[in-house]
Amino acid sequence: MKSKNLNILTNGIIKENPVLRLMLGTCPTLAVTTAAINGIGMGIAATIVLVCSNLVISLLRNFIPDKVRIPAYITIIAGFVSVVQMLVKAFTPAIDESLGIFLPLIVVNCIILARAEMFASKNPVLPSVLDGLGMGIGFTATLTLMGAIRELFGAGSIFSLQLIPESISPMIIFLLPPGGFFVFGILVAVSNAIAKRQGKPVVEHLGCANCPARAACKNATLDSEQSVTECVAKEQPAVEQEEVEAKKEVKPKTKKPAKQPTEQKTEEKEEKVGGGDE
Amino acid sequence: MNSVTAIVSILLAGILTNNMVLSKFLGICPFLGVSKKVNTAFSMSVAVTLVMVIATAVTWPIYTFLLVPNNLEYLQTIVFILVIAAIVQLIEIFLKKFIKPIYNALGVYLPLITTNCAVLGITMLNITDGLNFGLSLVNALSAGLGFMLAMILFAGVRSKLETADIPEFLKGLPITLIAAAIVALSFLGFAGIGG
Repeated sequence: MKSKNLNILTNGIIKENPVLRLMLGTCPTLAVTTAAINGIGMGIAATIVLVCSNLVISLLRNFIPDKVRIPAYITIIAGFVSVVQMLVKAFTPAIDESLGIFLPLIVVNCIILARAEMFASKNPVLPSVLDGLGMGIGFTATLTLMGAIRELFGAGSIFSLQLIPESISPMIIFLLPPGGFFVFGILVAVSNAIAKRQGKPVVEHLGCANCPARAACKNATLDSEQSVTECVAKEQPAVEQEEVEAKKEVKPKTKKPAKQPTEQKTEEKEEKVGGGDE
Repeated sequence: MNSVTAIVSILLAGILTNNMVLSKFLGICPFLGVSKKVNTAFSMSVAVTLVMVIATAVTWPIYTFLLVPNNLEYLQTIVFILVIAAIVQLIEIFLKKFIKPIYNALGVYLPLITTNCAVLGITMLNITDGLNFGLSLVNALSAGLGFMLAMILFAGVRSKLETADIPEFLKGLPITLIAAAIVALSFLGFAGIGG
């Protein structure tokens, strides 16, 4: 039992690193990593939200009706985000300033909703909390690493500690948006290369494919030839494999049919309105 | 006259200098995920623009006339995300019922937009920047147009990448990100315009 829990915890840190393997939460990853300390700040804030929301959602997993679960999750997450936002504002105003809009935007961070949907809604409390913690640590570590790389090349320092002599002028481009995309691209390439060496699938495409919205994608594009479909189709095996693993490790109490949340939401709303469909 | 200048500068900033995707990093998911073909990129960005403007038109009054007078500013995050989620659903139902052709073209993208940080981001930025109602709408529109420009340009770049000979280790996502870096680099060139 203990080793299972340990597995869940370490799962998010390396094997299923949310940023590099699951491709979740790319927006904050690119935006706030201009310095290592911002990466830590963002990571910790997201981790707190992740752990708390996984805890509450796991506790409520048998009470939240299936049809309204996404709005319910969003409300729970938004509540914790507000709490964290106020705490950060009160205790570390400097971090609040550098994270800016991305602090409240944790609420739409794919990682949190995705873990709620894929893990916490199917598993008991302890594994869910550990999953949240593991994913949060993985997120924090990746953000810090990326922040450190960009800070080192862009400002010649790490954690404001000057490492490259000031006489060598730093490459400011690393702190600018293109640098973010570039460093992230290289990190993904490295992580892919490592994965390939270990014989694991390579991350080739991204949509919000791992997001809960992926269900919406799938639902939405079944009948059309769009690229989202390809993207989702390619991404799907990874998700399924992951869900299988999750099921293997912890027996889910509630078995959910793999339905698409947004479709359900739409249907439900339509019922209320009185048959929107023709 | 002053307001015209303000509008023009907001439009320019939103589309070029402070581009939503390439300089503010909002809406990266659709930018990387739905930008494989030019026509899908276009439809997605039209849907995003539409939702952004409507969401701003709803959230701004809610914030100004409901939350501020009651000292409830701290509820901003919760209220905004729920309002946006509801709006997206309503738009979908409305289009499905009344404007079928638009629904057929954009409907598939609407569910994706609920958890799109660009929409929540722009409604919040309008509040933090202290814009009035009219300018907020202009700002939302310009952000949407900027998103569209970035999406379409990037879709063009990606269609070229399809046939390019890419080193094995960069294939797939890494080269997409590096291409995005170069597109972002070109947008840095606009930085002088806004002043």
